[in-house]
Amino acid sequence: MPDLLLELRCEEIPARMQRKAAGDLKKLVTDGLVEAGLTYEAAREYWTPRRLALDVRGVTARSKDVREERKGPRTDAPEKAIEGFLRAAGLASVDEAETRTDPKKGAFYVAVIEKPGRAADEIVAELMPGLIRNFPWPKSMRWGAASARPGALRWVRPLQSILCTFGPETEEPVVVDFEVDGLHASNVTYGHRFHAPDPITVRRFDDYVAALEVARVVLDAERRKKIIEADAANLAFAAGLDIVADEGLLDEVSGLVEWPVVLMGAFEQDFLDIPPEIVRLTIRANQKCFVTRPQGEAENLSNRFVLVANIEARDGGAEIAHGNAKVVRARLSDAVHFWKTDQADLPDLAGLEASAQKFGLDLKKPLDQRMARLDRLGVTFHAKLGTQGQRVARVARLAEELAPAVGADAGLARRAAVLAKADLQTEVVGEFPELQGAMGCKYAEFQGEDPAVAAAIEAHYRPLGPSDVVPAEPVSIAVALADKLDMLTGFWAIDEKPTGSKDPYALRRAALGVIRIVVENGVRLSLLDAWHHNWLEHARQTFDASIHDLFDTVQRLRTTLRPANLAAVFEEVGESMDTDIHNRAPEIAETLSQRETDLLTFFHDRLKVYLRDQGARHDLIDAVITPETDDLFLIVRRVEALGALLDNEDGQNLLAGTRRAANILAAEEKKGTAVAGSVDAALFAESEERALFDAVAAAEAEAATALTDQDYQAAMRALAGLRGPVDAFFDKVLVNAEDEAVRANRLALLARIRAATGQVADFSRIAG
Amino acid sequence: MTASQPPMHPTRSFQGLILALHAFWADKGCVVLQPYDMEVGAGTFHPATTLRSLGPKPWNAAYVQPSRRPKDGRYGENPNRLQHYYQYQVILKPNPPNLQELYLASLEAIGIDPLLHDIRFVEDDWESPTLGAWGLGWECWCDGMEVSQFTYFQQVCGIECAPVSGELTYGLERLAMYVQGVDNVYNLNFNGREGAEKVTYGDVFLQAEQEYSRYNFEYADTAMLLRHFDDAEKECVALLAAGAPRGGSGLHKCVLPAYDQCIKASHVFNLLDARGVISVTERQSYILRVRDLAKACGEAFLLTEAGGAAA
Repeated sequence: MPDLLLELRCEEIPARMQRKAAGDLKKLVTDGLVEAGLTYEAAREYWTPRRLALDVRGVTARSKDVREERKGPRTDAPEKAIEGFLRAAGLASVDEAETRTDPKKGAFYVAVIEKPGRAADEIVAELMPGLIRNFPWPKSMRWGAASARPGALRWVRPLQSILCTFGPETEEPVVVDFEVDGLHASNVTYGHRFHAPDPITVRRFDDYVAALEVARVVLDAERRKKIIEADAANLAFAAGLDIVADEGLLDEVSGLVEWPVVLMGAFEQDFLDIPPEIVRLTIRANQKCFVTRPQGEAENLSNRFVLVANIEARDGGAEIAHGNAKVVRARLSDAVHFWKTDQADLPDLAGLEASAQKFGLDLKKPLDQRMARLDRLGVTFHAKLGTQGQRVARVARLAEELAPAVGADAGLARRAAVLAKADLQTEVVGEFPELQGAMGCKYAEFQGEDPAVAAAIEAHYRPLGPSDVVPAEPVSIAVALADKLDMLTGFWAIDEKPTGSKDPYALRRAALGVIRIVVENGVRLSLLDAWHHNWLEHARQTFDASIHDLFDTVQRLRTTLRPANLAAVFEEVGESMDTDIHNRAPEIAETLSQRETDLLTFFHDRLKVYLRDQGARHDLIDAVITPETDDLFLIVRRVEALGALLDNEDGQNLLAGTRRAANILAAEEKKGTAVAGSVDAALFAESEERALFDAVAAAEAEAATALTDQDYQAAMRALAGLRGPVDAFFDKVLVNAEDEAVRANRLALLARIRAATGQVADFSRIAG
Repeated sequence: MTASQPPMHPTRSFQGLILALHAFWADKGCVVLQPYDMEVGAGTFHPATTLRSLGPKPWNAAYVQPSRRPKDGRYGENPNRLQHYYQYQVILKPNPPNLQELYLASLEAIGIDPLLHDIRFVEDDWESPTLGAWGLGWECWCDGMEVSQFTYFQQVCGIECAPVSGELTYGLERLAMYVQGVDNVYNLNFNGREGAEKVTYGDVFLQAEQEYSRYNFEYADTAMLLRHFDDAEKECVALLAAGAPRGGSGLHKCVLPAYDQCIKASHVFNLLDARGVISVTERQSYILRVRDLAKACGEAFLLTEAGGAAA
């Protein structure tokens, strides 16, 4: 069966677009073939900086003939109907239609439409021009004389040639004949820009790849990557070095060359005095080169870097390595300059006193100066959430408040939070934003901060993802929690929470971060209490200033506000205020409590996702929480205890018995059957009733004590003991007794079972 | 790079480099122009590029443009940064199909052998918010150093380019440093002579860099500059109104003088920016004001003969 070879050769395609474009080309061409009634066995796409290529194997030579019959109206139908039928079927007159008879319908017209199969190369020729014109480049352009006319061809960069051949392996393939904006498809391509400027005539994929290879073009990007990887490793090894692996860079570099030649350059040893990350990023971002480290070294770099050229230079690459080293040196000089500037005094300390005072900063220290400037400049954090300075103030207060609960020194937690964002004002972070935190930590060490403070400046952004390390040092925990809780309360207060795939502020990650920090460190924390202050602070900003008195008064009360009592507190405070505020208070309280509940629910949902990822039973969360449950660590412990209970037979049977009791009760309550308010021992007729009653009373008391001690396993054990009496009760006792009073009493006993287990978990929410 | 070459060889003198580029592009049919006599930030601002890239008429030109970026001044202390430097600018409308080959040939003409040096085209989408212009193209790298920008103009003065022009901008000092093998711009050999006759880039420009850095960062009278901005803006609008087509003629009669005023406003804005008197929010509004002027000039240019309008 014939194969199709296609190559679209153009001026240099941006590296980041090549892979997707080649994939799009494959999909569009193969979809087009299939839609036109052809089939193919396999297709594979290729790309280099200057070409997209597609190799489609085993294409059917022709599409099948298609015969379609379309039933029309009766021969004696009104003329209008017949005309409509002819038009729809594409017939000129009734003479072109067949007449058939059918016992039910009588004589009627039938249009027979025959579409003969077409040669595959014709189909390709028809498909390609539109496909090229409508190719989904992220950004495209016009060029040359043709661009004077409207509707000129657009491509990512000027399209230079189209190669398209089609034919079976045993015969000479044909050039598929089509044209786009004056560009005719042919069987000619060109190799490497500098090494092989002459045209190459191509028959099919195999000789195409071979000819390109001779013309210094490696068509397969994966192979270019492997060549770079292997040559770089060898070159480094020979010099007693290892390459610092960088998959993203490898991908990019393999898209910048057609003929990879790996070379090594060097810079002065002195540059290694700045942190390795700065060196690596400087060389990577600006020069797209790999850095190396001495073999066996874990962190320190060597002064050699590895670059990938696109030519086999006449001098073996000496000039190229020399030239690149010059540029690397200039860039590293800039980096050193940034690094030193960051540790020196700012030129304009004069206006910073007010900010220094506000945060207790020492303007003799460089990082303190940067924080003062961050505040002074009024750099915006978010239009509705104020400046970075305001945010730092909130985070610092919260970190200080959280410190006792996580075992941190409050003063250190505050200090770390105050300095946590200072490095945003440093030159190095300005150049390489991904070094935020890490630079702050380094500079903090240099100015003699407590090691816990320095560590927290870096760690407070963590965890950055599900696999990132969770801060474990108490000061780091306090600042990391404060930072995330301030952010979450802020965005919830202004109602900008994540929707669907949109989460521009990475709030899901922040919530997961809080969960992981709390659970993995065993931090006991009431979220509502913890974020209370920040919540009100953010919330008040979402209303106009006229309402701020109301908030001030509410905040002065220092009542523990919960979503459930917000309305009452606001209402009460509002009463003492003018009518306007008073009238708005309920609505404001309603909005606030709804948004705060929503945030808590978001945490519950994230916790479920987290537990599911941990392989735990996330369905048990619903059984142990109410909408206002806000101690995440406690939730997890209760889920664990409940899971353990349900893992053994007693637990399973108790679950079944409790469900049975609940179901009977629900059914009877629905019918309106009387249930006694309390159990009356005098009405017991069977010994199992009394046994159950006594067991429930004992278990209830025992569970209640255990719960007070937050010993969930003991509470579960107490309940597990109910299994025997419950089973015996259902075995021997008929709930639906004739005597109404006895029945009501037995139902009351069932209600006690439900209540007793309900202390620990809502069994009706457990799945399975 | 070698002393065996004559003084005017592009690898021996700064002026030799310029002359070699002139000879190359003159040979390709470009009109070789002299610099625009206004302060501009880049060669693109020369009306031979900005305005001539509009309309249907073919246009091929090459010139050196002294360019000023007040913020980049370093008092002559940085070996790579200047507040005044030279760009070599080539504009070809419509771009010929072999523009990349022409560019590479021009590099060979100034002594850069593509089989000895690694020449690369690295993605760089160009945009000038003040000119309302954008295009796609590359930074051209030579052994990892950006030596030129290569752009296919798609829009200029807010107007779609039809046809598209190709713009090449060579950073002359960088190129010269490269081909001369010099690490400090001030050590560039300007005239290609040696010994007592040798004149360096520093001999010509170091004092200027020091003085202009002081002016840009310390001395410039910002109140006066703010007035100048307003004046230039007013004058630009007034000239465009005065020359607007009226009566029987559909042609605009006063675009180039108006464009001068637009460019003046643009440079004054750069000076004010360097003096740090423009806040982040104001900055955007100044850029928009200049862009409005540029757009109005571009639209008026299309109503002139050079812009392709019939008399």
